Amino acid sequence: MNQNGVKIQEKTFLQKLKLQRQLFYMSAPLILYVILFAYIPLWGWTMAFQNFKPARNFFQQEWVGIKWFLFLFKDDNFLKVLRNTIAMSLINLSFGYIGAIALALILNEVKERFFKRTIQTISYLPHFLSWVIVSGLVASMLSVEDGAINQLLLSLRLIKEPIMWLGEPKYFWWITGFTYLWKEIGWNSIIYLAAISGIDPTLYEVAEIDGCGRLKKMWYITLPGIKSTIMVLLIMSIGHILDAGFELQFLLRNGLIQDYADTIDIYVLTFGLNSGNYSLATAAGMFKNIVNIALIFLANFLAKRMGEERLI
Amino acid sequence: MNRWHNMKYYRSYMNDLLFDFGIKVLLVLLAIVTLYPFWNTIVVSFNDATDTLRGGLTFWPRKVSFQNYKAVFASGTIYHAFLVSVARVLLSTVGNIFLTSMLAYALSRKEYVLRKQFTFILILSMYVSAGLIPYYFLIRSLGLINSFWVYVIPGLVNAFNFIVIRTYMGTIPDSLVESARIDGAEDFLIFIRIILPLITPVLATVALFVAVGNWNSWFDTMIFASGRQDLSTLQYELMKFLASSQNQAKSAADVGAMGMAKDYASSIVTPASIRAAITVVAAVPILVVYPFLQRYFVIGLTVGGVKE
Repeated sequence: MNQNGVKIQEKTFLQKLKLQRQLFYMSAPLILYVILFAYIPLWGWTMAFQNFKPARNFFQQEWVGIKWFLFLFKDDNFLKVLRNTIAMSLINLSFGYIGAIALALILNEVKERFFKRTIQTISYLPHFLSWVIVSGLVASMLSVEDGAINQLLLSLRLIKEPIMWLGEPKYFWWITGFTYLWKEIGWNSIIYLAAISGIDPTLYEVAEIDGCGRLKKMWYITLPGIKSTIMVLLIMSIGHILDAGFELQFLLRNGLIQDYADTIDIYVLTFGLNSGNYSLATAAGMFKNIVNIALIFLANFLAKRMGEERLI
Repeated sequence: MNRWHNMKYYRSYMNDLLFDFGIKVLLVLLAIVTLYPFWNTIVVSFNDATDTLRGGLTFWPRKVSFQNYKAVFASGTIYHAFLVSVARVLLSTVGNIFLTSMLAYALSRKEYVLRKQFTFILILSMYVSAGLIPYYFLIRSLGLINSFWVYVIPGLVNAFNFIVIRTYMGTIPDSLVESARIDGAEDFLIFIRIILPLITPVLATVALFVAVGNWNSWFDTMIFASGRQDLSTLQYELMKFLASSQNQAKSAADVGAMGMAKDYASSIVTPASIRAAITVVAAVPILVVYPFLQRYFVIGLTVGGVKE
């Protein structure tokens, strides 16, 4: 049927497209735009197999095969940033999950709408602050001279002298973990609260008749009720194992802790744009993105196997 | 029997009260931990700079002063960066929500012959990323290095926002579009006149996401536009300021080095106080807007969240 309701069967693709030309004009330029910004740069991956020099054109470049990839896995710096990236993303993910689910469960128990609203509004606030601002707040909270954390620990007599939080490598992963938790706990709880509101209320009534208290209702009804949301989000996060974030680490790092603070993205930035080794940096970025895509397809496959909603 | 029953009832009632009290204490603690760092920054920004150096400022200013803000706004650099940030937010937000929703309309039409192919190209773009270096060379060959347009052009269409908007469009009855067609309206007109007014709630959400992303961005300034001071953004200025005061240089001379005191030489300001004031200026525009759009967050997240 065309738009006038007349039955036409022998329309070819081009004839149909001609009738839909307005839709075509509304979409095609934007799709070309997406191709330009998302897919054309993939051509740049050729740099990872060259000794790329910006002054030469494509045909003058020297091809070196997989030299840079071999170099990466022998490079101590790269192995370090790989370790840091995976460690920080695992810490961020687990803190983020447990925090957001716990907050959603607790908020769900609050009956006063105004109180609940206020807490929610406050909990979203850090999500809207830029990483520049957040890194500044973290630095001043952790400051040795007057930082709130040191002051608090000193007044509770848990420590005898202030700790240089941002000067010791062993604290850094946990600092990023708590910062991510602080920034996103409220925001991430939204999706769980939405899932909780979809639970059939009669289930709670039945549980009450069976003598369940509130903790038991939380455990036996609310949690199983949002199980599929938890699973989908958990599986999806597999695709982000190599995304430990970049901005916070970049903004907080200093010479004392960079062995533990630098992530793959910082490696790409420092070797690529700062020291001009474009080929090595491209190879590192390419490694990260290919692993990411593979993990996302794996996650999608797993989700399908487990009967969850398809993700892609 | 009856008495025993009452006791049991009473106990469960007390447990309930205790439980309620417990979760409220927890949530109030969470609210304090969430607010304190920013609140403390506000306090420092409104406190006299030399007095701040004495330390121990927590919940309230000791000596209220507006000198820090005067110094910030007297500095041409910060004021200009503020304007650049506002300009990029306005252009990017309007451009992004208009173009992304236009694309969402076209690709929501089931009869459109290229619907599947185009949607695939768009969705896949969320997962494919060439990485920083190839992207840098693309921006360079497009002539966008040290150009204002590098803030606007790369972010005009966004696959995530596309999914959010298109899903919301799915709730609009098809008969509206069909009847407009019978009246002779063409697609672009239908989009402008019928669809756009109906999707304003989701556009408000997406506009907030885009505006926040643009306002908070500093990395693109550093990588693509740091060659021109007149293209610097507020967040990038703050970032440079943080980086230079990281080592806790506390003398007014350092502020002078940042080009701050020379514009306002008569007052005594310190890096810590100036930093606090810039932080507040850089955060407040968003903080006054987001609470009003809160009820729409759920649309954006539950629709898009799973597909993120």
